[in-house]
Amino acid sequence: MKVLLIDDEEELISTLAERLSFRGIDADWVTNGEEALKKAELQCYDLALVDVRMPKMSGFALKKRMAEKCPDLKFIFMTGHGSEDDYKEGAAEAGAAYYLVKPLNIELLIKKINKVIKK
Amino acid sequence: MNTKWDMIGEQGLKFFGKMSATISHEINNALAIINENAGLLQDFTLMADKGIPLDPKRLNSLAGKIIQQIRRAEGIVRNMNRFAHSVDESSKSVNLSDIVEFVAALSGRFASMRGVTLEPKPTAVPVTITTNPFFLENLIWLCLDFAMDAAGEGNTIDIITEKTENGAQVRIMHVEDLAKAPLDRFPAEREKALLDALKAGLTAELEAGELVITLPRNINT
Repeated sequence: MKVLLIDDEEELISTLAERLSFRGIDADWVTNGEEALKKAELQCYDLALVDVRMPKMSGFALKKRMAEKCPDLKFIFMTGHGSEDDYKEGAAEAGAAYYLVKPLNIELLIKKINKVIKK
Repeated sequence: MNTKWDMIGEQGLKFFGKMSATISHEINNALAIINENAGLLQDFTLMADKGIPLDPKRLNSLAGKIIQQIRRAEGIVRNMNRFAHSVDESSKSVNLSDIVEFVAALSGRFASMRGVTLEPKPTAVPVTITTNPFFLENLIWLCLDFAMDAAGEGNTIDIITEKTENGAQVRIMHVEDLAKAPLDRFPAEREKALLDALKAGLTAELEAGELVITLPRNINT
């Protein structure tokens, strides 16, 4: 399983990638949408964990563009802004499997990742 | 039809809400990083239980990162507290450069989302005026918000405070596409109401790409 993590907080996303790797999930990370698109050109991932609010390109806009390159790519959105309810609708409209609020619970995240991949 | 004070009150609440939301987001980001680093420490101890030796340098680095985020959160909370207290007095002697720097710091997330950099320039001599601090913060924010939209991605907006004959001025500079900005809609009624309450003026220098806010030395005289 190959996962791409996208969040403008580098410290957060690099640490999360390391923690996922300890749990058997191979994760790359980038800090913006443009870099994510470049990564997606090199290889197709199974899942993208994307921050909703990022500079230049929002998570929803990135999902749209990445889905064109990798139609089978699954998405989980996350945000540190507000509550789950604030973005639930937008995330569902954008076709995300799940929507998580930061700080993340790693065990819950693993469960969601496994569920999405099994689907 | 709203009176000027209704408009200022409504706009003030919106401003307060917007800033509170961005502050909570910033605190949450710091907490999220602390959460991951603490989680990683926990992962290492679990691995140590299984016989994988702990690396003291790595542990020290993780502890350092946690401390760094705690300091970041402390700074955000300090700003939040300062912002909350800016409504305490309707007239107060303030250091204008200090207020400009503060509003620029509060606007940091909005600037980075637009790919814009805000650069308040320090002044050699403090520029002091007597004004309504909260109204002034609100007016500066509205002008910065407009300027950031006009400047566009990749640009740096310099902000300079200066003494003038009758008070002081704030120059929001290098607003690249100011001439193309919707100046027919700015200043709108809400900005005009704040300008009126602060006895301030606002001009757009199109060729120079500058918004200039002029303020009286004392709002009460």
